Amino acid sequence: MDNLLVAENIHKKFGNFTALNDVSITIPRGSIFGLLGPNGAGKTTFIRIINQITMPDSGTVLFDGRPLHPNDVSNIGYLPEERGLYKSMKVGEQALYLARLKGLSKAEAKERLNYWFEKLEITHWWDKKIQELSKGMAQKVQFVITVLHQPKLLIFDEPFSGFDPVNAELIKNEILQLRDEGATILFSTHRMESVEELCDYMALINESNKLLDGKVDDIKRQFKSNTFEVGLSAVDEVALLKELETKFTIGKANFKSLTKDLKLSIQIKEHESPNDLLQYLISKSVVNHFVEVVPSVNDIFIKTVTKNA
Amino acid sequence: MRNLKLIIQREYLARVRNKTFIVMTFLSPLILVGMISLIAYLSMLNNSEKHTFGIKDDSGIFSNEFKNTEEITFIDLTSISLEDAKDLVVEKEYSGVLYIPDMNNNFELARNVQFFGKESPALGILQKLENVITEKLTTRELVDRGIDISKIESAETKVNIQIQNFQGVHTSKMSNYIKMFFGGAAGYLLMMFIIIYGNMVMRSVIEEKTNRIIEIIVSSVKPIQLMLGKILGTSLAGITQFSIWVVLGSILLFVISSFTGVDVMTSAPQTQQGLEQLGNSEIQQLLVDISNLPMALLIVSFLVYFIGGYFLYSAIYAAIGAAVDSETDTQQFMFPIILPLMLGIYVGFFSVIENPHGSVSTIFSMIPLTSPIVMLMRIPFGVPWYELLISIVILIVTNIAVLWLAAKIYRVGILMYGKKPTYKELYKWLKY
Repeated sequence: MDNLLVAENIHKKFGNFTALNDVSITIPRGSIFGLLGPNGAGKTTFIRIINQITMPDSGTVLFDGRPLHPNDVSNIGYLPEERGLYKSMKVGEQALYLARLKGLSKAEAKERLNYWFEKLEITHWWDKKIQELSKGMAQKVQFVITVLHQPKLLIFDEPFSGFDPVNAELIKNEILQLRDEGATILFSTHRMESVEELCDYMALINESNKLLDGKVDDIKRQFKSNTFEVGLSAVDEVALLKELETKFTIGKANFKSLTKDLKLSIQIKEHESPNDLLQYLISKSVVNHFVEVVPSVNDIFIKTVTKNA
Repeated sequence: MRNLKLIIQREYLARVRNKTFIVMTFLSPLILVGMISLIAYLSMLNNSEKHTFGIKDDSGIFSNEFKNTEEITFIDLTSISLEDAKDLVVEKEYSGVLYIPDMNNNFELARNVQFFGKESPALGILQKLENVITEKLTTRELVDRGIDISKIESAETKVNIQIQNFQGVHTSKMSNYIKMFFGGAAGYLLMMFIIIYGNMVMRSVIEEKTNRIIEIIVSSVKPIQLMLGKILGTSLAGITQFSIWVVLGSILLFVISSFTGVDVMTSAPQTQQGLEQLGNSEIQQLLVDISNLPMALLIVSFLVYFIGGYFLYSAIYAAIGAAVDSETDTQQFMFPIILPLMLGIYVGFFSVIENPHGSVSTIFSMIPLTSPIVMLMRIPFGVPWYELLISIVILIVTNIAVLWLAAKIYRVGILMYGKKPTYKELYKWLKY
């Protein structure tokens, strides 16, 4: 597997406070990687280390196969959680300035800015000052500034906070398109839905320790509980329920259905097959609903964090 | 280096385009010149104020000694009683009455001269009165002791010491005033520059913090680059502003003094005193004195101390800006900055002028926080080269150390929000 970024055994302390404790994270090229964790877990510190804003106490970071170099800033685009722009500077002017700080020439920066401003239909903002724009508008400008220099690695820290649903969708699609064009994306968030939707890989950090990481699908498989949601209709539902309770671990389930069913969640043993369960149920009742419960990232998150607390 | 240039450029433009900056650039010389003119005008007014004094001379020996001048008129009130004289003074709104009792003993008389008035007279006038009385009584005492006054008068000489240094260059008393003026102006200018533009650096750091743009920028450039760029860009803006002030100010002063006849330039008390003693030949001496100042050394050392002092202080200002969240939090850190600056100015204006090579002056021209100001004031009086060298080396070393420390605080501080910084906290940041 070709990895764009390999961070190994990162330690970072601020005074007596440990921000990162032996954290290793590998980000495959071309993937969308979700970095999860509660507030204060160490996500931002990790991202700042990749951005060379903070230096780790120990540990190595390999970027594109070689140790991270100061020049790599031009290969990384970073949209921090705490973000803003110069209030009294014109939009176009500061976009140009920030792009040139990333190493673009003036002409190049201007050309790409024109492209992006047209794409997001914000060309008429060029001569406006940031203080004249709304928060959402300013966020769009920040997004453009982040991606403008076509970095290999894009880092978004809570990218959707502050966006309205329309713009959030717009930005999400832009991010997916950038991935398709070959960029690798690191997401840091405590919003699980966006991870579910976008990420191929994820890592979970809590209280400065990495608790788990890997492919999102693999992790889900690892956390599956062999539980199925079923909707059954039978003549004598009470008798059926009693019979089932002797054979399986039963719980109540909640889902929408058209018929007035007995709604249950049934957990089977590791070695048992779903087919056996289904056959058994069919022999006793009409099965209207049969779905495996896939753990959501949210569930995994809560489960892992509380287990380690 | 490329990024540093970009940052300097942005900072410069951001300062120069700022509306307050533009307004202040063009308004300040007007205000300053206005104030100087006002002070000059008022002091002229003050000098031309007329005073009338009553003299009740019971001794009868001062009858013709008090001569009227343009500002002071004396009225002889000897014929009426002291109480009447006092009433008259109040009634006619005179400045007061001088009472000289009749006594034979000159020393006793000298102790018993009294002045009555609504308020005590100006020091200058009082001194004049005392001089007249002292001189007359001294003469009388001499005569009483049988000494021939005319012999004493013919024996009097007047000395004007010709000052000459070992290189054979003639100087005058004026030259000391000139040295004070040049040194004082340079030191004062530096202090003003540090306070004005150091504050500007600090505000610009706070602005980036409150705007939350700082993290975007430090993901592209090193914090120390940003800090240096800020200091340099702001100082360039400051030099621009100062140049405009100097040009505008001198044009305005020239215009005003040629139109109103108020001699603005000579109204500064220091020079006035000096100029009064000037004869024609002494004006030439003045020009010689100015040209005798070590101009090349002055300019070079002004630049060195200006840059050194400004960098030292603005690095501290930048660190303070990074440590706080808003300008109101900066108060607690301002005192340690202002203190050495004020100390420098006070030491400069008191100790250096008193004794440019005394131990106080010498020590303060070595301490890096005060040396830029104090040394600049000492240089016109001639400073041994090794003292200059030591002072500059100390300044440079301190600069490097302070820039390094400030950069550390800056690096941590710019990303730290919502923490009220204490000195203890700042010390901890140094170790991050």
